[in-house]
Amino acid sequence: MASVVSKIRFRDPQVEMAHGAGGKASRRLIDGLFAPILFGSAPAPLGDAAHVSINGNCVALTTDSFVVRPLRFPGGSIGELAVNGTVNDLAVSGAKAQALVVSYVLEAGLSTEILEAEVRAMAAAASAAGVVIAGGDTKVVEHGKADQMYITTSGIGHLIPGVSVSPAAVRCGDKILLSGPIGDHGITILLARGELDLDADLRSDTRSVLPLVEAMADAVGAAIHWMRDPTRGGVATSLNELANDCGLGIVLSEDRIPVRDEVRGACELLGLDPLHIANEGQFLAVVAAEQAEAALDALRATPGGREAALIGEISEQPAGAVLVTTLYGGSRIVDMLVGDPLPRIC
Amino acid sequence: MRFVDEFREPELITRTADEIRRLADPTRHYRFMEVCGGHTHSIYRFGLKDLLPANIELVHGPGCPVCVLPMGRIDDGLSMAEQPDVIFTAFGDMMRVPGTRGSPLEHKARGMDVRIIYSPSDALKLARTNPGKHVMFFAIGFETTAPSTALTLMRAKALGIHNFSVFCNHVTIIPAIRAILDSPDMRIDAFIGPGHVSTVIGCRPYAWIANNEEKPIVVAGFEPLDVLQSIVMLLRQLNENERKVENQYKRAVPWEGNRAALKAMAEVFELRPYFEWRGLGFISQSALRIRESYAEWDAERRFSVPGVRVTDPKAAQCGEVLKGVLKPAQCKLFGKECTPERPVGALMVSSEGSCAAYYNYEHRKTQVLTNVSMPTSLGA
Amino acid sequence: MCLAIPGKIVDLLAEDRALAVVDILGVRRKVDLGLLQDDPPSTGEWVLIHVGFAMSKISEADALDQLRMLTDLGESEAAMEEVRGYGLGDSEDAASAARGG
Repeated sequence: MASVVSKIRFRDPQVEMAHGAGGKASRRLIDGLFAPILFGSAPAPLGDAAHVSINGNCVALTTDSFVVRPLRFPGGSIGELAVNGTVNDLAVSGAKAQALVVSYVLEAGLSTEILEAEVRAMAAAASAAGVVIAGGDTKVVEHGKADQMYITTSGIGHLIPGVSVSPAAVRCGDKILLSGPIGDHGITILLARGELDLDADLRSDTRSVLPLVEAMADAVGAAIHWMRDPTRGGVATSLNELANDCGLGIVLSEDRIPVRDEVRGACELLGLDPLHIANEGQFLAVVAAEQAEAALDALRATPGGREAALIGEISEQPAGAVLVTTLYGGSRIVDMLVGDPLPRIC
Repeated sequence: MRFVDEFREPELITRTADEIRRLADPTRHYRFMEVCGGHTHSIYRFGLKDLLPANIELVHGPGCPVCVLPMGRIDDGLSMAEQPDVIFTAFGDMMRVPGTRGSPLEHKARGMDVRIIYSPSDALKLARTNPGKHVMFFAIGFETTAPSTALTLMRAKALGIHNFSVFCNHVTIIPAIRAILDSPDMRIDAFIGPGHVSTVIGCRPYAWIANNEEKPIVVAGFEPLDVLQSIVMLLRQLNENERKVENQYKRAVPWEGNRAALKAMAEVFELRPYFEWRGLGFISQSALRIRESYAEWDAERRFSVPGVRVTDPKAAQCGEVLKGVLKPAQCKLFGKECTPERPVGALMVSSEGSCAAYYNYEHRKTQVLTNVSMPTSLGA
Repeated sequence: MCLAIPGKIVDLLAEDRALAVVDILGVRRKVDLGLLQDDPPSTGEWVLIHVGFAMSKISEADALDQLRMLTDLGESEAAMEEVRGYGLGDSEDAASAARGG
């Protein structure tokens, strides 16, 4: 095997928090350091899961780490995120998760009660998602080194027949579907930290989106050109990545994007944009125009998909960028953030 | 959302935009400056420039309290927080502003206790619940925000909370507007006045702009209809050769301002003889400091700070952009050495600074958009 | 310098006359009424909130006034257009008549 001298393009002298926030800084780290070294000289655009061939059988493989504070929040906990997150990464890559393995990094001093609660949460989430937890590993680090616990899950699954997604499949005129209201998870976490002294009846939306993906695949299969779950960095980041990868433009209609009142209220108060807020139970799909209606119907007819919406379409312009338009004819570009969204007062 | 959604009603917005088109004299080129960073943000967020005829130009003014803060002051604030057992608190807006050795967030990543707060009262609460620590609040903002800091200091004194101090970087809006108008290159026809500052100072302080400088000024709210209606009012004044102060934001701004807020400010603060504004230089009587009677809660007196002046690179043309002489894209560093991710100058450090706002919301639109046609139908 | 939004007072805190709970689309926060002590608001009233402090009361009357003015914008012009279209001799008088004198 020829050795490839890969040059890294990552110029930052050290790792910063922004590099893990899912936005521009994260992309620079991945594209500039990991990709050239790990994925060779001509990497394909990075998706949510890798499709590998084992003796002629194609399987999907993915991994994800979960770091959240607080560990428990309305609507879920780190355990559920760890299961649903990986199941969802596989689902939006067009695969049905079969098995997960889990790796725990635990902080010395973590109470058994908390650990047990999370493990039980994982078991319940796995059962609900129809996936087996096949094995795992545990490490314990010194007190102060792991924010109570970090969980990594890796998942493997078989491809859903008839579904093949990639940025290369995306065409002008394709429609963009969103499975439900955005911002629930990120705002719930922000409020749960207690630092902003805000109260609202909000829950994380963490759930497996596999049933919704399968319902849509059943209805329109090959018409699905691309999918992603908009986690950290929100819808804005996922769609900017797509625009970048396929070289086309994305135009969204602001009035079509479903946002709960409470999320809207919190965002207005704190000066945040729901498009940048993390979600843990939603996904985006780009579907051929003629099948968009059918895809939307399939989602809406599935439990949990009632609020699915058609929010935009792929167009020539603005190439490589995402434009949000209003009913009165105003528009703005929505870019990825550098790091996490921060509240503002100005 | 009440008192918000009504002022984002598409039909009314279209109607008001039509009225603007009707009123704008096609033989004239209008340059209106919106003073306040909040208006800059609104204009971009709601895409209001798309609704204006080509002969109305919006120039972004200096009303971004983060942008005008010299880097040396950020270094001073961070040096205070480097002391043992100090909790550094500030609004989210401050967190990514670079000091010489990194931003507050970067200091947090290196182990400093840095917390984002929504309200100065939250900082005071933090002091009460952390008696073993000292909570320092890095206060920024114009007259909109200063009264809240003032009231918080009054509460700290009344409650006898001594592990709390404020690093005061409040600035005042009138000297900033004066600096714009004094600039020889200035070509502004009228002003969109700062709506929320005016809830405190009222509308009287702008009288000299209309009377002496002979420029119309309309105190404006922040929703699309507020900004557009203000432009209608400015056009009407200019068309009828009038020069006066008007209050478009009547539902929230009392003409006389907020007496209790002004009283609180006067109790706690006094004007500094001069203060350096990043991009504008030293301006006299333009910033607040904490009075002797509240010395104990004045971080500048409690901590000794480097107080080093850090100047921006000469190539950064923030001053000219701030005064509306240059557009952001005309600065040689814009988009190259100076981006929101790696800001070189003042106007890129905050998301409502003219350069950052232009970069985030508009720049790529102009770059890649030749002729965008809005999809007339999105199907379902 | 200027992110302030309207919120409705849903609860005045008995233990501290300067504090109230406001509601913004279901999000609740304690807000300091200290800057409005000259004319304190009551439950059900709307205030403008900035950094956790109420800056001013929001006048419903002024809000409605403003919306009425904006609604009239297009309408009076439309009325004038219509009148001009009648081809009456003195279009200025006709326009004035359309505006109601």
